[in-house]
Amino acid sequence: MKALSITNLKKEYAGGLQALKGIDLEVEEGDFFALLGPNGAGKSTTIGVISSLVTKTSGQVKILDIDIDENHSLAKKKLGVVGQEVNFNQFEKVGDIVRNQAGYYGLSFKESRENAKYYMKKLDIWDKRNEQARKLSGGMKRRVMVAKALVNNPDLLILDEPTAGVDIELRRSLWDFLTEINNKGTTIILTTHYLEEAERLCRNIAIIDAGEIVENTSMQELLTRLEVETFIFDLGKPLTVLPEINNFEMFLENPTRLKVTLKKDQDLNSVFKVFSDLGLEISSMRNETGRLEELFLGLVESTLKDTEA
Amino acid sequence: MTPIEQYRALLTILYKEIHRFMRIWTQTLIPPAIMIMLYFVIFGTLIGKRIGEMGGFDYMQFMIPGLIMMSVISNSYSNVVSSFFGQKFARSIEELLITPLPHYLILLGWVLGGVARGLLVGAIVTFVSLWFYDLSVDNWPLSILVVVSTSILFSLGGFLNALFAESFDDISIVPTFIMQPLIYLGGVFYSIQLLPAIWQTVSLANPILYMINAFRFAILGSSDLDALGFSINFALFMIFGFILLLASTCLWFLHKGKGIRS
Repeated sequence: MKALSITNLKKEYAGGLQALKGIDLEVEEGDFFALLGPNGAGKSTTIGVISSLVTKTSGQVKILDIDIDENHSLAKKKLGVVGQEVNFNQFEKVGDIVRNQAGYYGLSFKESRENAKYYMKKLDIWDKRNEQARKLSGGMKRRVMVAKALVNNPDLLILDEPTAGVDIELRRSLWDFLTEINNKGTTIILTTHYLEEAERLCRNIAIIDAGEIVENTSMQELLTRLEVETFIFDLGKPLTVLPEINNFEMFLENPTRLKVTLKKDQDLNSVFKVFSDLGLEISSMRNETGRLEELFLGLVESTLKDTEA
Repeated sequence: MTPIEQYRALLTILYKEIHRFMRIWTQTLIPPAIMIMLYFVIFGTLIGKRIGEMGGFDYMQFMIPGLIMMSVISNSYSNVVSSFFGQKFARSIEELLITPLPHYLILLGWVLGGVARGLLVGAIVTFVSLWFYDLSVDNWPLSILVVVSTSILFSLGGFLNALFAESFDDISIVPTFIMQPLIYLGGVFYSIQLLPAIWQTVSLANPILYMINAFRFAILGSSDLDALGFSINFALFMIFGFILLLASTCLWFLHKGKGIRS
């Protein structure tokens, strides 16, 4: 079964801006799916239509095979959404915010309390349940939003940039948590500007640009399209002259930092062999940029240029 | 959603609304009590004694139903308009829009919240008035019917205002420039029989006149309605007619996503 099925979805805002130009998208049940795109590409509009915050111009949206126009109520029961911005009354107590959200889905008082407690504990905000939300840090507010989105135990969870502006510790704990609930069967759709996040978490990916899906494939398949990859090697002993090595494009950034660009058909083993033969001491190694980032930039290059212009 | 789920969701909205105005009780419950107390002291005790009778009753007795109704109307309206617009402004309305809640439940939840505050303030004002006058009620069921239906009507009005409002200025325009004049000219403090004939006729176009006088009729057993040749049934018909009109208008705009969806 498809967790989400979008057919020829169009959205034209008042004023003529065509945010979505007839997109088609399918997400399998149980998937961890990334929806990426530059600012203004149509990601949030797509999520807005799915969650009824934006009225579509035309097209069809199905959540777990349920058409949102034909059976709005049942379709929405299956859905949880973490919006891009804080969207709860910050003068309320954290516990009330999460419990009330369960109540809006028609859960009993007991279920609401139990679910709220479970997710607040999971997200480490249980101790804050009696505090006004406005007193929480940005990261804590994000956790409240995630708890709120999960309190009805949705089959499909959509997260619109859930880790934007949060510290690394929270980001990593959120990644672990999302992986855990995905492993338990919840389908997750994630939009993010942190491409390493998508690369690390998601199995499938769609890239949207200027209201159109420009790529829709598995993460693995997409990454195999990478033509070149650049690695940075930190050297144990400084080098004054760049060694001449055939086949590899190399650049000495400074005496202890060597940049090597590999083509698709070259492997790292051969690089290490050469370094070993030359007696180079490598203390650490990393990618210059995320692999997905290089592909992403290539796919949405035209939009990014327009934005800069 | 099943009926029981809808009931739970409705209770959640109502709980949240009541909790909201109770949390800020110094802004929502105390000011109307103080204002009404001042009206009783100034217009009732001090000036009222010089006025004598109004519409066949002591001036204080005449004024009480009008003041109760004035409090109910303004508090029902302001509760809904400020709460719903506040949620729009803070985007917390999205919490509800992403859920399976049908539109009529959202509307009903807010209206019941407005009625709860309107009736609570009405009860406080009534309690305050008992310090100043030993009031007896002529027709309890009719009093309750009129006050509840009027509260529903103005809660609906507040909701419609909030749907269209785009700034905080927009939620004060209607109460300040339309409602307050209509309330004050609707016979809270005077019998319209005191007015010249032409202004009596003009006053008949004020719907709040019928509501205040219907309530006065229910409390005191007599009001301007009799003198003007209107029955209580006509006043009730007007109130329920407006309720139907406003409720269907609110639902239509909610369905269209006016002010809440892009």
